Amino acid sequence: MNTLIFRTVAPYLSALMLLFSVFVLLRGHNEPGGGFIGGLIAVSAFAIYGIACGVSAVRRAMKYHPMSIAASGLLLAVLSVMPSIFLGQSAMTSQWLAVPFLGTVIDLSTPLFFDIGVYLVVVGAISSIALSLEERAD
Amino acid sequence: METLFSMLVGILFAGSIYLLLSRKLVRILLGIAILGNAVNLLIFTAGRLTRDVPPIIPVNNYLPLEATANPLPQALVLTAIVISFSFLAFFLVLGYRAYQELGTDDLLEMRVAEPKEHYEPPLGY
Amino acid sequence: MAATKPAIDMTAAMVTEAVPLADWLLVAPILLTMTGGALAIIFRKKPATQPWIAIAVISLVVFSNIALLNHVLTNGVVTMVMGSWPPPFGIAFTADPLGALLALMASIATLCVAVFAMDSIATNERRYGFYPFLLMLLCGVTGAFLTGDIFNLYVWFEVLLISSFGMQILGNEKVQIDGAVKYAVLNLIATTLFLAATGLLYGLVGTLNMADIAIKVQALDGSGPVLGLAALYFLAFAMKAAAFPVNFWLPASYHTPRLVVAAIFAGLLSKVGVYALLRVMVLLMPEGRDWLSSLIGLVAIATMLTGSLGALAQTDIRRLMGYLVIAGIGAMLAGIAVGNEAAISGAIFYAMHSVLIMTALYLLVAFMFQISSTFSLREIGGLYVRSPMGAAIGLVLLLGVAGLPPFSGFWAKLLLVAGALEAGRGWVVAGLLVSGLLSTLAVGRLWIFAFWRGGNEHTVDGIQALPIAGSAEPKEISLTIWLPLVALTGLIVLIGVFPEGMMSVSDYGAKTLLDPSTYIASVFGGTQ
Repeated sequence: MNTLIFRTVAPYLSALMLLFSVFVLLRGHNEPGGGFIGGLIAVSAFAIYGIACGVSAVRRAMKYHPMSIAASGLLLAVLSVMPSIFLGQSAMTSQWLAVPFLGTVIDLSTPLFFDIGVYLVVVGAISSIALSLEERAD
Repeated sequence: METLFSMLVGILFAGSIYLLLSRKLVRILLGIAILGNAVNLLIFTAGRLTRDVPPIIPVNNYLPLEATANPLPQALVLTAIVISFSFLAFFLVLGYRAYQELGTDDLLEMRVAEPKEHYEPPLGY
Repeated sequence: MAATKPAIDMTAAMVTEAVPLADWLLVAPILLTMTGGALAIIFRKKPATQPWIAIAVISLVVFSNIALLNHVLTNGVVTMVMGSWPPPFGIAFTADPLGALLALMASIATLCVAVFAMDSIATNERRYGFYPFLLMLLCGVTGAFLTGDIFNLYVWFEVLLISSFGMQILGNEKVQIDGAVKYAVLNLIATTLFLAATGLLYGLVGTLNMADIAIKVQALDGSGPVLGLAALYFLAFAMKAAAFPVNFWLPASYHTPRLVVAAIFAGLLSKVGVYALLRVMVLLMPEGRDWLSSLIGLVAIATMLTGSLGALAQTDIRRLMGYLVIAGIGAMLAGIAVGNEAAISGAIFYAMHSVLIMTALYLLVAFMFQISSTFSLREIGGLYVRSPMGAAIGLVLLLGVAGLPPFSGFWAKLLLVAGALEAGRGWVVAGLLVSGLLSTLAVGRLWIFAFWRGGNEHTVDGIQALPIAGSAEPKEISLTIWLPLVALTGLIVLIGVFPEGMMSVSDYGAKTLLDPSTYIASVFGGTQ
């Protein structure tokens, strides 16, 4: 399994998969995709990197502990539920903000932040399980 | 089509209950996995099966252009799949730990939590 | 993309009336507990600050739930739909008196447990996530009490189930893993049956919103599928509540986790099953309840007798408590079986009382273990000398769980008996009273053996047993142990002495359950 070819390719492959996971996350509002599936893609990227280069390398690459990532995602998701409280609407009512940026218009919305929260929760929770299982297998 | 799927659901339920009645923990876990899938298929069938297109509304439209499949059971099944999948992962780890710690996967021998001797209840007042 | 979007009037598709700020109380407990859980995870390396985060957050939840109950009592049933999508499309959160009352009691019990755990949960078990799990458990339980959507109820069930699994194996002992296997498998099967019933219900009526289901089931007028679904729901929730033929998982597992964990399980989890039964059988499928009422009555009596006889037969105090939980479940089921206003009110009152007293009793067992270091009814003794205050609290709690006046359980049983007599169900009354007598015997003996007797089994009456040579001095009882015990006992006495307020709440809850029109009007804004 742990061949030279795999170890050489794995970092590039993981980087590509992480990029793709963000792409899937961002297109999620209007087209198939979203935080959950994006998060799963990111976790498989970390898992591949872990199989190739060891769990400690993944933990270094993630910088923060996976559980902290999951917790911050949960916080972000909870916060994204809140803004409608100031407008007299019910919880989770989506708020939209169109921001002009370099000639295009970017839609910033509370569902987007909720989705990013979901992405972080999935990345954190599942990669912490995957890493602890890989650690045990070593 | 629904009749066929209902029969399939029934077969899955029967198989899972057969496995759940076993004494071996591994078979019980397999039974739980099949039970979860049987229920998912049941929800999907209960939402009526159609050969229509996926319920995706094109850009610049606010209504689907033609008849689409019922999206709600799909959302329900997606939620249920995620949940049953994570529970199955938990159970596999728990079953493995139980096998390691207790040295058996036979439920009749898994009696660490039961009282060792059959004490009579304290008599008198 | 946004620039090309045609301007579309969304008022037809969304709720546009302003939502009063007070309605946010419906989701506040869930948002608060989720935030608290996330913070507790982030601070997992600081076991000293974690409890304070949890206690602060749960106190806020208690205040918010008091405000919510007050809001419901003054303005009637409150509904908020997520994302402003009109019901039945948006997921609705609906608080009626039953849900708001139980949510309040659950948060009070959790607060007491969180304080109690400061002393009795070790540092490394905090690292394994006791407080995050506790907060997520409360999140799941309050979510289940306040949701107005039956699939959402399933999701909250799973939230509380996964946190309870985590808490069950806290400590990682052999016994706990053994208990967890039984607890987890049986509970997951029950929840899966609930999901199957929900899928079939969706196939039948095409909606998941509880108010909408109530309308559409009424139109079906008790036809075969509705009755079959009611039976399936009854099986699923009875399994979760540990009713008679499917109760065996509870005594096999509730004595294995840490006692604080068992306290929160006994206080909250089985009550969620009873709550779901009240919600589904009484509010959604009254015809199903009528059809099953004799069966539910038989199950209730069998459950009560199993519970109280089991409590009489046990020598392990923790297992004895497990059987007392079951006896209480039987009493609540009896209320559902009878099904008139007094009986449902009694079941609600009993559920409220049971949340407080079962939590308090398990904390009492933890307290007893701390000063005696044994769980065996044969070894224990002489606790009155070590702690007269503890003996007094023990007496109140044990008589309270048996349903003796002047404690809160008495009024619940009074309502149940009155309701059953009114409905002409003498045999349910007989079951309630016989089980009450047997429970009184069991708890009376427990108190006499543990507190009153001079020492262990072989001590002659009237003699104080000599301390066993070399046994350690009993540990000092800290304030974090006294405070929750005294608070819960105080509440039980207070409700027992002044029951009118609680009784009016439970009566109001029973009225809204039996006549769903206010519930439906609250969800659909009175248009249906």
